[in-house]
Amino acid sequence: MSTWQSVCQLDDLQPDSGVCALVSGLQIALFYMPQESMVFAISNYDPIGQANVLSRGIIGDINGQIVVASPLYKQHYNLNTGVCLEDEAISLPVYRIRIEHGYVQISVKE
Amino acid sequence: MNIKKTLVVIGNGMVGQHFLVNLVNNPIKEDYNIITFCEEPRAAYDRVHLSAFFSGKTAEDLSLVEPGFFEQHGITIYMGDKAAKICRDSKTVTSEKGHSIRYDKLVLATGSFPFVPPVPGHDRAQCLVYRTIEDLEAMQAAAKTGKVGVVVGGGLLGLEAANALKDLGLQTHVVEFAPRLMAVQLDDAGGAMLRTKIEALGVVVHTGKNTSLITDGEQCVNKMCFADGEELETDIVLFSAGIRPRDDIARDCALEVGPRGGIVINNQCQTSDPNIYAIGECALWNGMIYGLVAPGYAMARTVVADLAGNEASFTGADMSTKLKLMGVDVASIGDAHAKTPGALVYTYQNGDTAVYKRLVVSQDKKHLLGAVLVGDASGYGTLLQYCLNGIELPENPDALILPSRSDESVGLGPDALPASAQICSCYDVTKGEICKAIDAGCTTLDGLKSETKAATGCGGCAALLKSVLNSELSKQGYEVNTDICEHFAYTRQDLYTLIRVEEIKTFADLLARHGKGKGCEICKPTIGSILASCWNDYILKTEHTPLQDTNDTYLANMQKDGTYSVVPRIAGGEISPDMLIALGQVGKKYKLYTKITGGQRVDLFGARVDQLPPIWKELIDAGFESGHAYGKSLRTVKSCVGSTWCRYGVDDSVGLAIELENRYKGLRSPHKIKFAVSGCTRECAEAQGKDVGIIATENGWNLYVCGNGGMKPRHADLFATGLDKATLIQYIDRFLSFYVRSADRLQRTSVWMENMEGGLDYLKSVVIEDKLGLCEQLEQQMQTVIDTYQCEWKTTIEDESKLKRFRHFVNSEQTDDNVVFVEERGQIRPADEQERKHFKLVEVA
Repeated sequence: MSTWQSVCQLDDLQPDSGVCALVSGLQIALFYMPQESMVFAISNYDPIGQANVLSRGIIGDINGQIVVASPLYKQHYNLNTGVCLEDEAISLPVYRIRIEHGYVQISVKE
Repeated sequence: MNIKKTLVVIGNGMVGQHFLVNLVNNPIKEDYNIITFCEEPRAAYDRVHLSAFFSGKTAEDLSLVEPGFFEQHGITIYMGDKAAKICRDSKTVTSEKGHSIRYDKLVLATGSFPFVPPVPGHDRAQCLVYRTIEDLEAMQAAAKTGKVGVVVGGGLLGLEAANALKDLGLQTHVVEFAPRLMAVQLDDAGGAMLRTKIEALGVVVHTGKNTSLITDGEQCVNKMCFADGEELETDIVLFSAGIRPRDDIARDCALEVGPRGGIVINNQCQTSDPNIYAIGECALWNGMIYGLVAPGYAMARTVVADLAGNEASFTGADMSTKLKLMGVDVASIGDAHAKTPGALVYTYQNGDTAVYKRLVVSQDKKHLLGAVLVGDASGYGTLLQYCLNGIELPENPDALILPSRSDESVGLGPDALPASAQICSCYDVTKGEICKAIDAGCTTLDGLKSETKAATGCGGCAALLKSVLNSELSKQGYEVNTDICEHFAYTRQDLYTLIRVEEIKTFADLLARHGKGKGCEICKPTIGSILASCWNDYILKTEHTPLQDTNDTYLANMQKDGTYSVVPRIAGGEISPDMLIALGQVGKKYKLYTKITGGQRVDLFGARVDQLPPIWKELIDAGFESGHAYGKSLRTVKSCVGSTWCRYGVDDSVGLAIELENRYKGLRSPHKIKFAVSGCTRECAEAQGKDVGIIATENGWNLYVCGNGGMKPRHADLFATGLDKATLIQYIDRFLSFYVRSADRLQRTSVWMENMEGGLDYLKSVVIEDKLGLCEQLEQQMQTVIDTYQCEWKTTIEDESKLKRFRHFVNSEQTDDNVVFVEERGQIRPADEQERKHFKLVEVA
């Protein structure tokens, strides 16, 4: 059963940076690394700063983990697992994401 | 019953206070009620660094007494009350205000007074001395109306005082009776070299001059007449012709005093009455008065030990000194005049760089007896250790003063010093004690200073302390990692150099050449900032956008709820009513919370990302441009209203502020930069709390640098005085370029300067004297930034592709429902958690 939804075109993503998409009422941060041909989708809500801002964070890698740093208080979240590097008890929802025929598709159901 | 004895200390100067501090740290304090008389209206302060008062330090900054010290240790202090009389029969001290205290033990720490030669007219108006903070205040007051100042006395203190007069903007002269400057410490050639250096700074030196009369001047308040018939007009006469011990109170109670003054003491610092001690500059030991603080401190410690019943004696002190006089390094060690029989002398003189060095060596060439250094005192620490510890000299002792032509170092490494070697003579701290503190976990210079007190007196041993620390740390296998992050094994300064030299224009290129991994939120903005400082591209160019912090990406300041604030530039804080109305209209239209900032502009809060472009469109149409409040860049140049309107204004501070703000706007730097310009010394713009502060004086602009407000306030340092506008701007160009080039990331100018080896003097040598030969380049680099300025908001709203980013959702026109405002005092504010829950319930219902 396909739960994939197209949310925008690949061109709408910001290279080496993030945008936010509204998918089934959820705010999802989408990150795109063109060099590595990688896309990531995690919740846009920063539980520490309590604001929908993670798509506006800087992305990079820390000890081999691909992360986004919250623009509010700079905690790092692993883009593959959603786990906060500074406090492993905190973990963000991570969503499946793929590129199909130039469209960015998200699956919000497990 | 154990009744406490009473100990009275007369005098709360540096030595008196040092005595009290040592006493309360000794168990013997329990035996005594401690009472002290302090004639001045304030407790002990740092007289050694008195001239710092004119470069911005306050009386509080100079204080040597921790807040609450007297209360905490149960010490009674009679402030502003002079001890007038001692009655040895009844063992009582009586003060001018009538306090009469019976003592068991008495310590005299009355200090000294400045010697004023009995020249006719010495007591005329504006004939001053240089000893107390009140004296400095009198100098300051006199300098307000005067133009010329003369210091009588070319010794150590006299030159310090001359520096103070120069800092006050006066045309400064030094008049010395002896044929050379610093006659006690220097020989003829050293004195001559010092004179050359000081005259190059614009101070006129007159040696071999005997003042015979001070009388009415024609152009100035006073006129000095010399024995040789010459005359000198001056407004201020400052006597600094040596000190005399204050021994009146001892004479009056028939304690033994020396034929030329001074209270005679033995090796335990006892006077001729064993219950009375004398310490510091009032005491005469072995026919000598010590006019330095370190021997006074040693005497104070001796007395504490003696009171505690420990064996201790004062057996003279090393009179070596190192200091910086008007930016000139001067040092004198031991037998500088080669009075020891058979002593050999080596001298090195370089007329080009004005450096003079002289070594005095024992007949067998094995030991260093003394030395004189002028113009370059970097060898002081090493030479002093040779001299004090009797370390055997190398085969060719002259190698110690000859400039090294190779990498071979002739310095005495810290490892060569015995544990007993005294590193800090002010606080008598040995190398052994320092190593012990390092072993116990003290691994920073600051930590070591507060733990051991080393280098907190005159500061002359700071470099040696640092090398001991570094050597011990490296022995323990510590390695200080200065890499900016895991992606670049470089400091910010290294990265700046790489980008400049290799003309690197993008992060990707730098990463490929010198880094690894993908980067992070540390290196990306840092490199984005360096690229902007060097090449000044539009920061939202596709290749630069991912490097920027969110504030730079959206050209606005993110607030706690994810909305942004908007700050247009209001240069110098000057704004027309129409512009103010336009600003108000935008605020009203978009329902923004509006607040006046500390930098004299207006901040509009609560804008969503999608509102930023239309808000800026309206602002730009009204004539505003970006205020760069979001960037690590120049923020504002605050100003007072200046001479245009103010009754007291000396120059047009607003005009200058606007010009400077427009000159440096958009400059990306390691951290934010704040300026201010005051139109007179009343300093209404608070320029001395800014990175760059400018104050108008009758003689031109005075430039202050490296001040800071915020978490760790720092008073700015006076950098240059009496500047015309062209020179002022030239210095600021160089200063800012040098800061951008060499500071660490997120390092404000204050910390940058404090961590710089050589500090303010080094900075002056780079910016004013062009020591590194960099100035032309620094000015050029600044000019490039100025020439390529653009309003980032104007560029952005004119570029459709850049506006794509300014929406909350990439796939919807909806806005963030988590952003909720409530009203307070007639404006919006973000809802708190409780209010937000309530709001959502209401909305659902």
